[in-house]
Amino acid sequence: MQHTASTQGPDLRAYLTGLVLALILTAIPFALVYFKLLSTGPTVAAIVIAAIVQVLVHLRFFLHIDFRRTPKENLLTLFFACFLIMVMVGGSLWIMIDLHYRMAL
Amino acid sequence: MSDTTAATPAGAEAAHDAERYAEKDFGFWIYLMTDAVIFALLFATYIVLSRGTAGGPTGSDLFSLPHTFGETMLLLVSSTTFGMASLAARAGNRGGVLAWLAITAVLGLAFVGMEIQEFAGMIAKGAGPDRSGFLSGFFTLVGTHGVHVSVGLISIVVMMGQIATKGLTVPVLSRLMRLALFWHFLDIVWIGIFSVVYLPGVL
Repeated sequence: MQHTASTQGPDLRAYLTGLVLALILTAIPFALVYFKLLSTGPTVAAIVIAAIVQVLVHLRFFLHIDFRRTPKENLLTLFFACFLIMVMVGGSLWIMIDLHYRMAL
Repeated sequence: MSDTTAATPAGAEAAHDAERYAEKDFGFWIYLMTDAVIFALLFATYIVLSRGTAGGPTGSDLFSLPHTFGETMLLLVSSTTFGMASLAARAGNRGGVLAWLAITAVLGLAFVGMEIQEFAGMIAKGAGPDRSGFLSGFFTLVGTHGVHVSVGLISIVVMMGQIATKGLTVPVLSRLMRLALFWHFLDIVWIGIFSVVYLPGVL
């Protein structure tokens, strides 16, 4: 029984790939901010992109989210949570920033 | 060897158990997703409040990038060492699981220690959660994450106790897998914290 379990699932390679990619994706935004390599706009864009890619790397290599092996209902709840977050966070920020803008008029 | 055929009562029981653990995994996954929604809303709250410093200290006055980088490394390496514990568990290596979990717990404890040190330093400077909207949002968001990591640490210690006394049984392995999900999930939340709070804060 234990043997059948050990033939599937992640291996050492997955975790080490995840670690190396995560280190690179962490080092880039910290270096950009610490050494002030770019102006503010591009730095913020780089932070956002590195963060999104790193979240995907963690989901793939540490939580082993996979379109083939992960149960469909788990993927569905993940996408539903992403949708909820986009509506609630995006909506809140939209309203608050708009309010801030109108109060300043 | 022959007890895995589904026709025998033992085989049917094993299949039933497997289904039960799959249900528990799904339930835990739903919990993690709801936790993600909580963190996302704390992020939104922080972003809205982050300019409201009320004449008090700003992020660039308070945050130290090397300190945050140290915390980030501790959490990232601890996520990898938990992965090593999962691999050792799958290989049936009890001593290996205990050793990797102990390393993970030490790294996690160091992270919580650095966070407490940072919070204590800020409060001593008069930059506590009551100073401004920005700091209320900061302490709520980062503190909630710190509490999660602390709960994870307690769970790791409990897990080590279970592995030491019960061995790598099917229920214990199932719990270890869910704890691994929790620990890796907290590292994902931390990516959001350094990308939304610390890095833009010192820009």
